[in-house]
Amino acid sequence: MALLTRTAGALHRRPRLRLTLLLTAPLLWLAVLYLGSLTVLFVSAFWTTNSFTSEVVRVWSTDNFHELFTTPVYRQVIVRSVGVAASVTVLCALIAFPVAFYTARVARPRWRPLLVVAILTPLWASYLVKVYAWRLILSEGGLADWMLRPFGLSGPGFGLPAAVLTLTYLWLPYMILPIHTALEQLPANLLDASADLGARAWRTFRSVVLPMVLPSVAAGSIFTFSLSLGDYITVQIVGGKTQLIGNLVYSNIELNLPMAAALGTVPVAVIVLYLLAMRRTGALSSL
Amino acid sequence: MQLSRSARIALRVAAGAGFAVIYVPLLLVVVNSLNPDRSASWPPPGLTLHWWSVAWHNSGAREALWTSVRTGLGATAIALVLGTLIAFAVARHRFFGRDTISFVVVLPIALPGIVTGIALNSAFSTVLEPLGVGLGLFTVIVGHATFCIVVVFNNVVARLRRTSGSYEEAAMDLGADTFRAFVDVTFPLVRSALLAGGLLAFALSFDEIVVTTFTAGPGIETLPIWIFNNMTRPQQAPVVNVVAAVLVLLSVVPIYVAQRLSADTATGSRV
Repeated sequence: MALLTRTAGALHRRPRLRLTLLLTAPLLWLAVLYLGSLTVLFVSAFWTTNSFTSEVVRVWSTDNFHELFTTPVYRQVIVRSVGVAASVTVLCALIAFPVAFYTARVARPRWRPLLVVAILTPLWASYLVKVYAWRLILSEGGLADWMLRPFGLSGPGFGLPAAVLTLTYLWLPYMILPIHTALEQLPANLLDASADLGARAWRTFRSVVLPMVLPSVAAGSIFTFSLSLGDYITVQIVGGKTQLIGNLVYSNIELNLPMAAALGTVPVAVIVLYLLAMRRTGALSSL
Repeated sequence: MQLSRSARIALRVAAGAGFAVIYVPLLLVVVNSLNPDRSASWPPPGLTLHWWSVAWHNSGAREALWTSVRTGLGATAIALVLGTLIAFAVARHRFFGRDTISFVVVLPIALPGIVTGIALNSAFSTVLEPLGVGLGLFTVIVGHATFCIVVVFNNVVARLRRTSGSYEEAAMDLGADTFRAFVDVTFPLVRSALLAGGLLAFALSFDEIVVTTFTAGPGIETLPIWIFNNMTRPQQAPVVNVVAAVLVLLSVVPIYVAQRLSADTATGSRV
């Protein structure tokens, strides 16, 4: 007991010691284990492999990056991946806006918290189960085919459109939530002022609502964009033969780890650039 | 903003369609688990509970569930300790590199899972394997804990920022030492944030597939991995359907608990 009291006293008198004790374990974990592994990975992007044995050769070279930027297939896949991430983001924003507008400003105030829960619930459903749901919908004779049959059409089947559709579905709540929050916090008197000045609904929307909500769209887009860019499981399940950057990384891991590491730097670099661009919109502070 | 009647109706219809898009796939999974047929064609020819009892006795799915639970509990425990430690350091101390720490905590979840996965995988196989520790359940737990720290951190740090340190100071003025003040004052203040963070961490670990793929040793199969491995096997389809439906129904639980726990619970599973 005396020892405990003495320790407590020592801790109380020395904030530095307290801080050191607080930070040692987490820093060992995050800085040494995690950042250490990441550093080794990115350094290994500059190594090569022996093409016969698949053994990693630890000699510094930029061959992997050279190959990355000169091989047409790699370039195509990178462009396609960024395109998919961008389309998913745009689709999410387009679908999310009316939903968020309804939940934040049109629905009865009593219902709003309930609607937010309704948006949140699917966020907790398993990622894999949601992809599986779309596999069921898009499979031959599935729900999509059944719904389109009266129009003489059939569903898109598995392929690039299916992948975009599924990814949009997966990340949609991440877009709805920030927009809902922003719209909810929009002061009503600004809207009244706009109406007093003679603006009609559409004009108010364009000149008042949109500029104030845009940072939240940007915040949501960080999730939709970066989660789509790194994905490879969804593409494997509903994408047919589609290849995205994640699939390339995955398929290189066994045979050519340095190449996989080099490929892995691409989404990381793109995401960092995207974050920097979004920082200018003020999106990061509204995350 | 004065919306015209037609604009209101249009928004209502659009929102209704949006909610339909969100919920139809989840409902479909549940209905499909009652499909007597092995194929996923729509509409199902009838409804049966037969596959639910088959799934209940499926040892592979059960074992995977158990592995997932153990992984989730292990990762949550580690994340609770480490996340709380960082939260206290960041919220109650000023020091050089404080902002960097908040950034590094988020990194494991901000970077694509595949990057985190191969980084940990190569680190484990180069450092741990020579020491005789192969990939196994332990490495999965370590991998999951790394990205679970952030949700505990977010919840606890949010709570600490709302409650100033003056409560603890008051306790100490009244004669409590550091430990006593923590047990009697600080801990009750952060308890519900810890619960919420722990719940989120568990859910995150339970759902993770990519990092698991790269950190699991042979024979370690969590539920997502099991689903992924069996998804394309027609023979296993009915059992996969039931497991998927169970997961959809279970996802209501954490949101309900989180709602009850506190108002400032960090929302979303990845945020």
